Amino acid sequence: MTGAAGTRAPAAPAAPAAGSPPTKHPRHLLDLASWSADQVHTLFDTSDVMAQVMTRTIKKVPALQGFTVGTLFFEDSTRTRLSFERAARAQSADVISFAAGGSSVSKGESLKDTLKTIDAMKSDLYVVRHPAAGAPLQLTRWTDAAIVNAGDGRRAHPTQALLDAYTFRTSFPGYAGFDGVELAIVGDVAHSRVARSNVELWTKLGARVRLCGPRTLLPDELGERPGVTLTHRVEEAVEGAHAVMALRLQTERMAGGLLPSLAEVRERYQVTRARMRLAHPDALVMHPGPMNRDVEIEGVLADDPRSVVERQVANGVPVRMAVLYTLLVGSR
Amino acid sequence: MTRPADGSEAMSEPPHGGDRPVPRTVLRGARLIDARGDHGAHDLWLVDGRVEGVDLAGDAELEIDARGLVATPAFLDPHVHLRTPGQEEKEDLASGLAAAAAGGFGTVVSMANTDPVVDDPAIVADLAAQAAALGLARLRPAAALSLGLKGERLSDYAALQAAGAVMITDDGIPVVDSHLQRRACEYARELGLVIQTHSEDPSLRQGGVMHEGAVSHELGLPGNPAEAESIMIFRDCEVARMTGARVHIAHVSSERGMRVVEWFKAQGAPVTCEVTPHHLTLTDDAWRAFDPVVKVAPPLRTADDVAYLRDAVRRGVVDCLGSDHAPHTRAEKDRDALRAPFGLPNIEVAFPLLYTDLVLAGELELAPLLELLQGGVARVMGWPEPTLAAGAPGDVVLLDLDTEAAVDPARFMSKAKFSPWDGRALRGWPAMTLVAGRVAFSRRG
Repeated sequence: MTGAAGTRAPAAPAAPAAGSPPTKHPRHLLDLASWSADQVHTLFDTSDVMAQVMTRTIKKVPALQGFTVGTLFFEDSTRTRLSFERAARAQSADVISFAAGGSSVSKGESLKDTLKTIDAMKSDLYVVRHPAAGAPLQLTRWTDAAIVNAGDGRRAHPTQALLDAYTFRTSFPGYAGFDGVELAIVGDVAHSRVARSNVELWTKLGARVRLCGPRTLLPDELGERPGVTLTHRVEEAVEGAHAVMALRLQTERMAGGLLPSLAEVRERYQVTRARMRLAHPDALVMHPGPMNRDVEIEGVLADDPRSVVERQVANGVPVRMAVLYTLLVGSR
Repeated sequence: MTRPADGSEAMSEPPHGGDRPVPRTVLRGARLIDARGDHGAHDLWLVDGRVEGVDLAGDAELEIDARGLVATPAFLDPHVHLRTPGQEEKEDLASGLAAAAAGGFGTVVSMANTDPVVDDPAIVADLAAQAAALGLARLRPAAALSLGLKGERLSDYAALQAAGAVMITDDGIPVVDSHLQRRACEYARELGLVIQTHSEDPSLRQGGVMHEGAVSHELGLPGNPAEAESIMIFRDCEVARMTGARVHIAHVSSERGMRVVEWFKAQGAPVTCEVTPHHLTLTDDAWRAFDPVVKVAPPLRTADDVAYLRDAVRRGVVDCLGSDHAPHTRAEKDRDALRAPFGLPNIEVAFPLLYTDLVLAGELELAPLLELLQGGVARVMGWPEPTLAAGAPGDVVLLDLDTEAAVDPARFMSKAKFSPWDGRALRGWPAMTLVAGRVAFSRRG
């Protein structure tokens, strides 16, 4: 892993294939465990190329023409699905969509049967969102298509972590190599796939991660990974951090006895302008969305120049373009 | 007691295997092992469904070459799910009792969490009669502790017992109401019935699908802490001590839970416990493959828990094995980790698995392992100790302790043709099982 990746000149945008020499990479993107730091940086280089495509008048290249991407969403999600569909269509792939909401899945049809039905219509890659951890991995046993995990239960949301890290790489000059970077993640860590994937990715890239939340939402076991520290004081988490990520707080956590009142949570764990004064002067404020303004994040801070929340959403498209491109074409 | 307590023939039950004549049978040259010891190689004779004697003269209608095999009383299992009535797509009496025989088991106690629930004497009698006619392993039904497993009202224990029920349990669903547990124990005690408990506190277990610990936090799957088990075991043992009823703690899975059982046993409380083959051989690490075949309740624990359970077996704290054979359809197990049902099939691999992992691994002698499958179960149930003595039931398993073979779920007798041990090379496969003097299973075909 080198710090040079962010300074490499993007290759000619007309042909994304020429962006970087093909690195051997895993067949699927289920989590980031099987992706090396070098492979991730190569993916970011490809993302740079894709980001340039998105600045053109005609935001479309023929890179994936003839490929079909299936989006299988067993759990509601608008933004992630839109982002993936945009990423596929911007490369001229065809897209078919399956949303499980009230379909046969809820009547007890097995995951395998559901996939087999959709797979009979032949897609080359599936983007899968599922409420159960491990479901995308299970699907790899029953199809030859590549699988991209778009969020499985509490387990992993690798493209969110990739776009978060990519946003940092492109927004914080001097730290593109992630060495010495301190990331603070604040909120409901226990139930967050975004937190798990960011921990996995940022520590792999060389950063250190501080996890912060009340003990009910932050099990000690999550601090056992090298490069990760736990704290129950938000000030301690934020101090000197280069990026502070607030996680969405699900209001049902209160009913589950995991949290006292909203007021107390706000008082103790909200990411605020005042608390950000403890952070690195150029620190970024991040949020995976959708935000509960004035719950986990102070409303005005979300609109502050330090906030890169919109940039995260924008970067979702080129990063996911790079993921689809790498899995479908990159290895050929 | 209005019926023989030996578990051999309920009074209302037809002869095992129907009216077909039982051939006089000799098992030639088998190494005979039972609770009395290792008797070396002999000819074991069976007649009229019982053991006739050793090294007798005369003609046999059926000669079985048992040289190189161990002959020992067929195993007893206090805990199986045969899914009948109502869930025959998972298992039925024919497949489940054939699977039991293939695993070397001559008698199994079936759980009551069926559809309809076994809370009606007519269902108990019907199950016993159907099973007897099959002539495979013997079936001894358990009956529900509460009507409909609802945890509200007691079922009719005396009538259920008269119909053939040998155990009272809501297995699968913990009894939350401590008052109901107390009354069930008091009432069962006067009938001499054993109460079996599925000890997990549902409010602490929540939606946990696997053991709560480092692995569940890493994998992001909802966890079920060991304390959900140990807390409820404490309640169940305390109620046993309070009422004097015989309480059998099913499938103890954790060190914490086992320590509670030990603590009560040391005080002389009337409690017994079982462990399962999977809790003795698998850990929560098995979840890393995200195959819900390993989804069981209580969940697979840590390596430390497995080590502790094995040690408890060695120290004699564990009374018996219970397979908790819990078949489901493949389609049900092909659901995601949250929706797949709890339970796995294991009765056909239970002995080879434990023989390989405990005995051949040098952790346990053969005799105590057999004890866990024979005399230990009999004592929990209040049945006579199985032996090969003349006059004992003709329930015998021939074990091949030498031939190594891989687990092949496609060849299971159970309808559940999948296994977490798929492909594992094991020794100790049952070669033949005789029940009531008749061949109920033969690996030779």
